[in-house]
Amino acid sequence: MIRTQSVSRSYGDNLVVDNVTLDIPARGVTSIIGPNGAGKSTLLSMVSRLLDMSAGTVTVDGMDVTRTPSDVLARRLSILRQDNHISARITVRDLVGFGRYPHSKGRLTVEDRAMIEKAIAYLDLDALSDRFLDELSGGQRQRTFVAMVLAQDTDYVLLDEPLNNLDMKHAMGMMKLMRQAASDLGKTVVLVLHDINFASWYSDYIVAMKAGRVAAQGPAGDMIRPEVLSDIYEMDIKVHEIGGQRISVYYG
Amino acid sequence: MPKLIFGALAILVLALISLFIGVSDVTPMSLFSSSPDDRPMQVLLISRVPRTLALILSGSALAVAGLLMQMLARNRFVEPGTAGTVESAVFGILVITIVWPGSPLIAKMLAATVAALMGTALFMQILRRIPLRSTLMVPLVGIMLGGVISSITAFFAYRYDLLQTLGTWTLGDFSGVLRGRYELLWLSAGLVGLAWLAADRFTVAGLGQDFTTNLGLNYRRVLTLGLTIVAMVTAVVVVSVGSIPFLGLIVPNLVSMAVGDNARRAIPWIVLMGAGFVLVCDIIGRVIRFPYEIPIGTMFGVIGSVLFLYLLLRRRPANG
Amino acid sequence: MADIRAPATPAFSPRQVLMILAALAMVSIAAFMVIGAKGSWGFILPFRGTKVWSMAMIGTAIAIATVLFQTITANRILTPSIMGFDALFALVRTVQVFFLGGLSYAMLPDQIQFTYEAAVMVGLSTLLFRWLFNRAARDLYLLVLVGIVFGVLFRSLGGLMQRLINPNDFAVLQDSLFASFNTTDQTLLGISTLAIAGVCLWVWRLLPALDVLNLGRDTAINLGVNYNRTVSQVLVIVAILVSVSTALVGPVTFFGLLVANLSYLVIRSHKHILILPASILISIITLVGGQVVLERVFGYDTALAIIIEFVGGVVFIAMLLRGSRT
Repeated sequence: MIRTQSVSRSYGDNLVVDNVTLDIPARGVTSIIGPNGAGKSTLLSMVSRLLDMSAGTVTVDGMDVTRTPSDVLARRLSILRQDNHISARITVRDLVGFGRYPHSKGRLTVEDRAMIEKAIAYLDLDALSDRFLDELSGGQRQRTFVAMVLAQDTDYVLLDEPLNNLDMKHAMGMMKLMRQAASDLGKTVVLVLHDINFASWYSDYIVAMKAGRVAAQGPAGDMIRPEVLSDIYEMDIKVHEIGGQRISVYYG
Repeated sequence: MPKLIFGALAILVLALISLFIGVSDVTPMSLFSSSPDDRPMQVLLISRVPRTLALILSGSALAVAGLLMQMLARNRFVEPGTAGTVESAVFGILVITIVWPGSPLIAKMLAATVAALMGTALFMQILRRIPLRSTLMVPLVGIMLGGVISSITAFFAYRYDLLQTLGTWTLGDFSGVLRGRYELLWLSAGLVGLAWLAADRFTVAGLGQDFTTNLGLNYRRVLTLGLTIVAMVTAVVVVSVGSIPFLGLIVPNLVSMAVGDNARRAIPWIVLMGAGFVLVCDIIGRVIRFPYEIPIGTMFGVIGSVLFLYLLLRRRPANG
Repeated sequence: MADIRAPATPAFSPRQVLMILAALAMVSIAAFMVIGAKGSWGFILPFRGTKVWSMAMIGTAIAIATVLFQTITANRILTPSIMGFDALFALVRTVQVFFLGGLSYAMLPDQIQFTYEAAVMVGLSTLLFRWLFNRAARDLYLLVLVGIVFGVLFRSLGGLMQRLINPNDFAVLQDSLFASFNTTDQTLLGISTLAIAGVCLWVWRLLPALDVLNLGRDTAINLGVNYNRTVSQVLVIVAILVSVSTALVGPVTFFGLLVANLSYLVIRSHKHILILPASILISIITLVGGQVVLERVFGYDTALAIIIEFVGGVVFIAMLLRGSRT
């Protein structure tokens, strides 16, 4: 379980995350949704120790993320942020291989290599595996990074807007993969998502943030309701049931 | 306007202070108590007055040249020293010194002007390949271009054993200014006047070729006029006293923070502040290790780079 | 403009490239030792050997410092010299002479002088780097420009201090600051060799983590690298190496930039275990080979530094212009 306790982050006078106390249940897919500037990515960065907190604590399975040695944490939790710019010229396979670094510190074993190939195959990257990152499209690069995180093989997987740059087919493939990882392998997946329908369709639990605070949280079914969503996004949102799934409509 | 008069008075006071600092004893008292042929008066007329005038002329001209470049290149961080202009001028002087040893100052100045013009034109050419939004890349490229030109200069200076002489043009120093050796600087006063008269054209040209043409001005002609003024000012100053780093960058930026960007209104302030800056730095350089002098190039290198850093880093706090 | 991209299957593997570079380095050294030798070998070999050794040390220090610095800053145009680190070292030395006086400074044993200066240098450069990166890390061009202006500031401050100290002290200082590739102090060379050997062992231990740092801060942390500690260690290493190279040869702004980029170009891998040796070998080839060609073949003695500055400046501008379009 990921537990945040009174977590805040401010830049000067600007409070971006405001006293957030939250339990994210282990096993399953949790989506964090909310309007721009709600503090979703900032919260995710603090949970994954990429960003220092101004106040509060975060624990993952009882380990305080600011005190636990980084390499220990790297075998339990992985994080992928939105913009991953790399100046080094590096191939797809090499980058995915770095996912094994927390386990083997740069000396790949036979099992490591098998996991790397598996991750490459999962993300449909076989044909690209010897290409350099700077020769790929944005979507292909995004998939490479996700493959790296997959190869890292951690109980907790945190992804900040993983669907960015992906076309419909690959976006859906990505969400299915996350769903599978949670259901079949018992992983805990935490996603920051902009598309509430993806959140509705694939997640177990949804956390809605607004102005730095948790505005609402609950099982997906309880959250995807017109009154909840309209309140969070401050716009009129209708919810329809289609094929047993709740779909929001906010056009027009 | 009253503020401007006040500023002018301040410059006058600085100029007076500047007149009476030095190794030999020149004080208002000693001037009055002696006859016109006496030493104090001689020192004043041959050395002190020319020096103070040279300071005022070159300080204000360099500052205005900086403003012109900033308008034409549409970039706040450009000045003759960050566009390869100064380095080209030095190159020009070196070339003429090699092919025509003992050439008169005016020939050196002309060579420097031609070279400065060519170097600056090259810079403007490179500039067209930089996207407009990369504000900081422009001075970066300019400084590097200057470095490349300097290395060519150094190579030839080394071959012809002129490295020592090179130092006198690259490092600004007013201690050698005497009557008969600074008068070229008056030319820069004329150039500043010209810049002031044509200020509106440069403002327009700074808005781009299409915009300029739309208003019925000949873009190339305005650009050429502006760059020629910049090149000549730089050449004159470098030939007479050597270069003063970042002066043309800092003064217009500080003035713009205080009175805004209208060129015609800003130029008088820039003239005053440019002169004031140079006077103050020169005074400090003369008293800090009296009776030795610290060249203004070194003094201004310290003060100028600190101010440049301030301009670069202000309003860019840590975030994200 | 046509996109210049090497073929997908390079003609040589990185290891083969390393072999070729090593062979070239050997040839350069042999040529330097032998060409134009007149007189007894008993004199020439130790005399030229010291020079070669000194150039090798300078090359190694600059190469490692630049590659590591580019790794922690995750870019290819910023180098310690462009950031003004070597001007900072010169300033540290000047300040020391300023306060000690030239005579007491000259009487200090070289080891103590250098160790002390390197220590001050480590402290100052780390502070400067941290301060700058907190403010400007997000804008590479700002970082580079600020670095350059800091360089001007350090040089001017150094110049100012030099004017303030008395002429005798100045002579001592000038002697110790403006060494060229050709004059070498034996004691200093000994300390430098020791320092570089120590640093190499340290770098060896950091190698796997360095490859990960190449992926940027966030990814490196995600993969469990103790980011702050590793970056601090690298900064200390860089400061020591810059101290070594500046003490031996004085500031050479663009050499590191050229060498680092050239080695990435020929090795075509991100692995430090390949890049570092390659950059060291390229440094040695450039310095020793360049010296042979200029000095023995063309008869221009110390113009090598000037030529490096020229080529380096052109490459830098080209990199800026190319980088801006992606």
